Parts: sequence; C-alpha cells; structure tokens
Amino acid sequence: MSKVKLATVWLDGCSGCHMSFLDMDERLIELAELVDVVYSPIVDTKEFPDEVDIALVEGAVASVDDEKKIKKIRAHSKMLIAMGDCAVAGNVPSMRNPIGPEAILDRAYIENATAQQQIPCVVVPKLLRVVRPIHEFVKVDVFLPGCPPSADTFHTALTALLTGEPLDISALTRFGA
Amino acid sequence: MSQTITIDPVTRLEGHGKITIQLNGQGEVEDAHFHVTQVRGFERFSEGRPFYEMPSLMARICGICPVSHLVASAKACEAIMSVRIPHTAAQLRRMLNLAQMVQSHALSFFYLSSPDLLLGMESDPATRHIFGVVGAKPELGRAGIALRRFGQHIIELLGNKRIHPGWVVPGGVTEPLASAKRDEILGMLPEAYASIKLALAWYKQIADTFRPEIEVFANFPSLYMGLINEDESVEFTDGALRLIDAKGAIVADGITANQFTEVIGEAVEPYSFTKFAYYKPLGYPAGSYRVGPLARLNIAKSMGTPLADKELVEFKQLAAGPVQSSFYYHHARLVDILHGIEKIELILTDPLILDKQVRATAGVNRLEGAGQAEAPRGTLHHHYKVDEDGKITWANLVIATGQNNNAMNLGVAQAAKHYIKDGKFTEGILNRVEAVVRTFDPCLSCSTHAFGQMPLALTLLSDKGEVVDQLVR
Repeated sequence: MSKVKLATVWLDGCSGCHMSFLDMDERLIELAELVDVVYSPIVDTKEFPDEVDIALVEGAVASVDDEKKIKKIRAHSKMLIAMGDCAVAGNVPSMRNPIGPEAILDRAYIENATAQQQIPCVVVPKLLRVVRPIHEFVKVDVFLPGCPPSADTFHTALTALLTGEPLDISALTRFGA
Repeated sequence: MSQTITIDPVTRLEGHGKITIQLNGQGEVEDAHFHVTQVRGFERFSEGRPFYEMPSLMARICGICPVSHLVASAKACEAIMSVRIPHTAAQLRRMLNLAQMVQSHALSFFYLSSPDLLLGMESDPATRHIFGVVGAKPELGRAGIALRRFGQHIIELLGNKRIHPGWVVPGGVTEPLASAKRDEILGMLPEAYASIKLALAWYKQIADTFRPEIEVFANFPSLYMGLINEDESVEFTDGALRLIDAKGAIVADGITANQFTEVIGEAVEPYSFTKFAYYKPLGYPAGSYRVGPLARLNIAKSMGTPLADKELVEFKQLAAGPVQSSFYYHHARLVDILHGIEKIELILTDPLILDKQVRATAGVNRLEGAGQAEAPRGTLHHHYKVDEDGKITWANLVIATGQNNNAMNLGVAQAAKHYIKDGKFTEGILNRVEAVVRTFDPCLSCSTHAFGQMPLALTLLSDKGEVVDQLVR
C-alpha cells in the first residue's frame, strides 16, 4: 500500500504548531511508517508537490507570498487542515490589523534602528494590509485550534484521519488551548 | 552575463528564508545574501497592552524558544516593577531556560543538521531528513528525539504545557515545584546523559571528514558576545554580557540589560526583514559580532559543571584563540546540551527548590525596563516603556538571529565563492550553502518579530536581473 503524502506548511505563525507536531516524539517514527512527509520545513523539497493527500498549514495569511502559497497548497491537496489558532482565526499575527503595515514597519526599521534606517523592499514580500485566517482565502477541510494544539491532539486527529475513524475535534482541543 | 542563483525556501531551518547568489559575467560569485521574509510587528502592536501580559504575548514570537522570550520579557517587566524575584523562582526559571536550550539544540543538531552530517551534504535530498537519520543510524536519531523530549517534558512538568506555558510571570512563576515532579525529572537524567554522550562521541568521530566545510563555513575573525557570570563561567539566564574580539581580548564587559542600547545598535539592509546588530563604537558593519553556542564557549573560561568543563578544554584546543569557523557551532551546541543537563541536576539539589515562595508582586515603579537572557541561539534583549497605568507605550527587541545576521551573510558568500566555479553548481553545492546558515541555527520567527516572513530559495539571475536558473527540489 502506498503511503499517505503529508505536507506541513508554515505561513505567518511562530512555528509552535510545528514544534507541537514534533512533540509526538517517538510516535513520529511510527507515523513515518504510514505517511511520507513530502513537503515541510524539516525536509528538503523546495516546491510544493503536485499531489498531496493531507496538508497541515500553520499560521495566518500576512503577505502576498502567503496568499500565493495557500492557493497553491489548496489546489494540490486533497485535505487541508488549518493547524492552530493563527491558521484558524488569525490570532496573534492579526493583532497588527488595527495598526496597519506602515506603522509596524516604521517602528521596526526606522524608529528602532540606529543605522541605515529604511523599509526592506528587496526580495522580501509585500505585506497584506490585514492578516487573515486561511479559510478566508481557501476552503478548509478540518480546523484544529489551539496555541498550539497538543502533540496528543495531533496524534489522535492524524490517526483518525489515516484510519477513517470518527474524529471529534472539540473533545481534543479548543481555541487558546 | 551576470546571474543570480536563488534558493527558495532554505529548508531544515527554523523559519522562512531565501538565499540569493550573484554571479558576474565570468560565472564567479560576486556576493550572496540571506533574506528573511517574515515580519509581524510585536514591537508596535504590543503598544497599549498591560505590561504584565507581555511575557505571554511575547512568547508567541517563537514556538521554538518561547521560554527565552518569557524570561527576557519577565525580567524587563521586573525592572519596571523594581522587584527582585524570590530565590526559588529564579532557580526554577534557570532550569526552565536550560531545558529549552537542550530541546532547541536537539532540534537544530539532530532534526535539522544531522541529515547533512550523517547522510552527507550531497546525499539524496528525498531522504535527507530526520526520518532518513532514524533509518540509517537509529541510535543517533533516537538519541536526538530523546534529548528534545527531555527538554520539552521538563518544560511541561514545570509550566504545565510544552509550548507557550503561562507559568513565567512578572515577579516570578505562578506555581512552586512539586516534589513528585522533581523526582520525575531526576529519573529522566540517565537517558539524557547517555544520549548526549553518544552524540558527542559520534560527532568527534565524523568532524574531521568535514575539514573542507570547516574551512569555508563562515570561517573568519569576528567579535563574540554572550552572558557570563562573575566567575567567568557560562550563563544563560542571569549574569552580564561580555564582548570579546577575534583574538579573545575583552572589548566590553559587565553590560547589564539597562546598558545594552548604549553598546549595541541595529542597522537595516534592504534585502531582509531581520535587522543587523553591531557594536556601536566600531559602527556598522565593522562592529558586527556573533552570538550563540560558539560565542558562549569562546567567551567563557569555564562551563561551571564537571563534564562540560572537560569538553570545554577540548573545544578550546581547536584554535589558538577564539574558534572561528561557524561549523563548530555544532560542536559547541553539544557541549551546551551536556552543560544544561548537568546544571539542571545541580539546580534540583538546591535545598530551597521546593520552596513555596515563588512570586513577588509590585505595580509600576519605573516607566522603563529592560531584560536579557541567552536564547539557545544567542543573546536576547527586551526593552519596554510604560505609562503610569502600566500600559506599554514602546517596545524594542534585539534577537540572536539579528546579531548573527552579518556573519550568516558573509558565511553564505564565503561558501558560495568557494564551491561555485564557472557558474556551475549542483544540488549538493547549494545544500552546502544552506548548511552554512544551519550552523547558526537562526530562528526566523524570532528575527522577524518585527513584522513578516522569511523564505529561503536559490535563484540564478543575469546581470540584467533576468532569472537564468532556479534550483528547486
């Protein structure tokens, strides 16, 4: 039987969800017998693969790059899971929304710099005016809230999805957990 | 025709980064840059929040080293409150910070870099990952998982949560340590010692086979900075900062969090959301310096724990003065881990470790405060201003990755110049360029607290700026 193709993606978040995923510890080795991690910050694939079975996406959509990525991920993934509160609801990254990108960039690169004050604009992506959760851009199949969702939550949810067992997310985690 | 090689994203890295390599008409590398592409704005959107929320909010900068932000932030808040926290709270925080150092270093060494070290820089990218390591050398892969679990589980026992625990607060911690939890941690020590000893022995066996990489992986003189105790032993949570030069002479010493901005400045480059820290008297970029495991071991005269002290003696024999090649960050990281385990054991023997007095309280007694700590990847500085009601009016953070930013950029250029000839390159060569960045263990989440996101990619551009080649895998 061919393995399930799993991708994990990090948009505008803190990587805490990815760390919590890794907190499955030795259970990762068992998981690797069922799935191939085909795209992730922990593997060397540079381009999102054409066909992915399950995509776990951490973080909100904050830049034009994020927006391009989430659309590409959706187009090439059978199941898209919003992983953690930033992906589900915007959470901390969206705290900049009432302020706007200019004031944020100004504080960091003009006011709080002591040499060569300027707003970075070469190679780095343009920021969106407001940070939004991923379901505002694409259809999300499963919402897995938590800051971050615990390793047990990942394990239970992925096991259920891989074996076709019923999955009750509200029994596992909640926003802010 | 000039070209630009783009590596996008740089993988097995904690964050979003790209590398661009600029080639001239002869196909020689002119320059190379490491771009961080994420930025979020913590320094601005924290404005108006009550200061006592800051540790929990700032922890969300980074899911890899949230504890460093908790600690540096709480210390900045305590400067505002003008309180000294109870002895037991200080000890528990030290243990928490060391536990995080162990887990984060385990992530860097085993999950992110050991695939290069074990399987080879040129090995098949499809299996060049932690699962490939577990398959090829199970005891090494499992030692890495065990060490990361060790650190994360201590954080969970102390703070009730592995990532973003709410336990560290301005004034101390919310709950004392229960004796059952202390005993559980003591019981975890033998496996942790066995795992790090295995890793150190293995690393020393293979290090010499990376002689060519050692020569060109950010191998140049620089300043180094890190926290140190009065007895000149390495420190992660308290102490004061010391800066040494490329020969090991002390340049600045005893720098407290309050004095930090007198000594350290931040420059901006147009190509990265991560700023470039520098030692002010030398200006930018001459005053660029390195932080993190390599810097700490170069600065410290001792580790303050017996097993790590033996390792430090051996480490210092690698060079006549400070050890210069960033490849040796890997080695220093393993010594740090050993020290962390020993120090955690030592802290648990403190007769006051179960004391119930773990929190001091106070309101706003000063309108400005700063705190500093060593994150796994280097010095972290938080600086806040508040109004009379304790609402944040201004914040600035200087994180480790910004302090290594110039060295990472120079290192990427050094390796690219060495390996790329006549405009020709392979996947393995580009992986080596990425591996230079991995030695520093940069945290792109942290470095872009300011606002944004950092992907890593390789693109080859012509001198007209046209994309000639792009490496994707």
